[in-house]
Amino acid sequence: MPADQPLVVISKSGSKRWISAADTAARALGLKVGMPASKAQTVVANLTMIDADPGADAAALERLALWALRQYSPVVAVDGVDGIVMDTEGADHLQGGEDLLITGLVNGLRGRGLIARAAVADTWGAAHAITRVTSAETTVVPVGAVAKAVTGLPIHCLRLPADTIHGLRVMGVETVGELSAMPRAPVTLRYGPEVGRRLDQLFGRMAEPIEPLRTPELVEAAKNFQEPIGAAETIAKYVRRLVGELTSKLETRGLGVRRSDLVIHRVDNTRQCIRAGLAKPVRDPARLSKLLCDRIEKIDPGFGIERLVLVAIMAEPLEERQAASSLIEEPVVDVTPLVDILGNRGQRLYRLTPVASDVPERSVMRVGPTADETGATWAAKWPRPSRLLANPERIDVTALLPDQPPAVFTWRGKRRRVKRADGPERIFGEWWLRPREHAAVRDYFVVEDEAGERYWVYRAGDGVDADTGSHLWFLHGVFG
Amino acid sequence: MSRVQNPRIIEELRDRIAHLEAGAAKRSAVLPFGVRDIDERLPGGGLSHGALHEVAGGGSGTVDGAAAALFAAGIAARSKGKVLWCLTRPDLFFPAIAQAGLHPDRVIFCEGDKEEDVLASMEEGLSFGGLAAVVGELVRLPMVASRRLQLAAEKTGTMGLVVRRWRRQTEASDFGNPTASTTRWRVSVLPSEELPVAGVGRARWLLELMRVKAGECAEFEIGACDAKGRVCLLPSSSHRQDQAAWRGSRAS
Repeated sequence: MPADQPLVVISKSGSKRWISAADTAARALGLKVGMPASKAQTVVANLTMIDADPGADAAALERLALWALRQYSPVVAVDGVDGIVMDTEGADHLQGGEDLLITGLVNGLRGRGLIARAAVADTWGAAHAITRVTSAETTVVPVGAVAKAVTGLPIHCLRLPADTIHGLRVMGVETVGELSAMPRAPVTLRYGPEVGRRLDQLFGRMAEPIEPLRTPELVEAAKNFQEPIGAAETIAKYVRRLVGELTSKLETRGLGVRRSDLVIHRVDNTRQCIRAGLAKPVRDPARLSKLLCDRIEKIDPGFGIERLVLVAIMAEPLEERQAASSLIEEPVVDVTPLVDILGNRGQRLYRLTPVASDVPERSVMRVGPTADETGATWAAKWPRPSRLLANPERIDVTALLPDQPPAVFTWRGKRRRVKRADGPERIFGEWWLRPREHAAVRDYFVVEDEAGERYWVYRAGDGVDADTGSHLWFLHGVFG
Repeated sequence: MSRVQNPRIIEELRDRIAHLEAGAAKRSAVLPFGVRDIDERLPGGGLSHGALHEVAGGGSGTVDGAAAALFAAGIAARSKGKVLWCLTRPDLFFPAIAQAGLHPDRVIFCEGDKEEDVLASMEEGLSFGGLAAVVGELVRLPMVASRRLQLAAEKTGTMGLVVRRWRRQTEASDFGNPTASTTRWRVSVLPSEELPVAGVGRARWLLELMRVKAGECAEFEIGACDAKGRVCLLPSSSHRQDQAAWRGSRAS
């Protein structure tokens, strides 16, 4: 069906039918959520109406939450009927920070045809309220700034029953700030303890742990402690035991773990997580426990740990392969264990691969450390410098136009007389990719000074036509 | 009498020391340069696998480390297997490294934020065991850190190469401080090979062997790495007198 045709979803209770959701086209025609279905039909002719299916909605939301669980954070849960809540602490650095995490999340969902709003805040309540009220797609509330961010918000975002909200509105309370400024006792007397509890949760005065979503397919191993534990050696011992339990469970299903979470429940009802990712499915207990034990120092046991849970969040079929015989062929060393160890420590691992481009800074591309080996290398036989400056630096040059190498140049305050030079190697702009480079030209020279130091310099432009470049000189690299 | 016995006793003692040092680990082989003059200066006839080697640049090469990185890449290129290259400043231009014979598929880069990360990654790479060489670009290499790297290398027989590069040329005096590395090299650029026509010929380096365990210091004038990562001795090297005169005349 065409996208510009108005579409609404109708909910019903008894004989009452009302709009529970409307798309952009429908809202533009004046239809609102909560409007009776018959009224909507009179306002808009041949309106497409779909009956609401809360069960399917909930299932879809749960699927989405499971995707987020694998992708973003170890602790993800469904929030109400229309949201997902996740604990990003300790997981945001994997995506490059909170900002990048939620922008990536919103963009990823948009790619799947879903419009989403996301917020990061200190408390579940605040993030819930902000996403449902603000129009911005992404909001990041800095640590400790929740009180300032939520005081102006309307009270309907407080996760309170509708009649309580209505009652408060009748009293003239509109915003969270007004409600929190009211004396607590009369409000509790009239509307019950729920109002105070939600306010406390919103401002972070009361803990609200997120119960992570779990499905029967997830393989997990858990250990409860009668006495809370805290020493690093004890934690390591139980982590190893849990890993052994998990891998034997995985073995019966023929799976290997790609991403595993260690969830640490402390006695003060808070959770911490350690996430370990692997480049290939693995079922080797030693490797898995090394990855997790590597980061035990990150755990703050506080007053003690009462429960450890190890979950294989992402598991993939693991095929057993026969090791190559060392008698016939040379054993191929698998570097993925090393890649996993270094990658989980937050190091950026990559391999470089050639790109068919003459422009030096575009001729190299980063690929994953375990990407397929293409065997490709750079075709150019011209000398290339072993260090390339990220930004070419301006140099002052004495040179004859149009095609002579510099006779003297000054770089970083040091004047150098050129003894030998080679060039020019002309590199044209990639006009087929970037229209602005239609005429651009760089003339590269290898120059060597009196001490034998070799540099890669270029002139922007061909030395004749001003359209091809500014005719300024730059130093781009240092030869070894 | 004792004088006659001396060589045999010393020989025996050397054997015993070598036996102690090698411990239970496998006997580390060497990677020869393929240049007789250099190899005979090194115990075992080449750079030993399972040891830490330091390379620094000279002159402005102390800051950019361009020649030192290329020299290290040439050594890594002649070894067999994967190479882990740990760094904090990603300004290496790989096409040049590939021209020294190190294929891009063989090198895994590990970029950290801090010097300590590079040290930790290097140690992990050296103790992993399956790699041909681990290269690290470092500013500081304290004694304790170098000792750890050396021990990790000895245990697995992986070659550790440290490319020292400093922020300022004046900081390069740090290279005099003792470390536990087996050899220590300095690579400085020399004016390139003369060509009969205008142009820049093959790059040449002054390679100084500043320290080697159980060996003596030496310096060589070599031609830079070719497409297979090999260096060559310059024919003029044997005529040090002429060379000095020639360099003097060029500087004037």
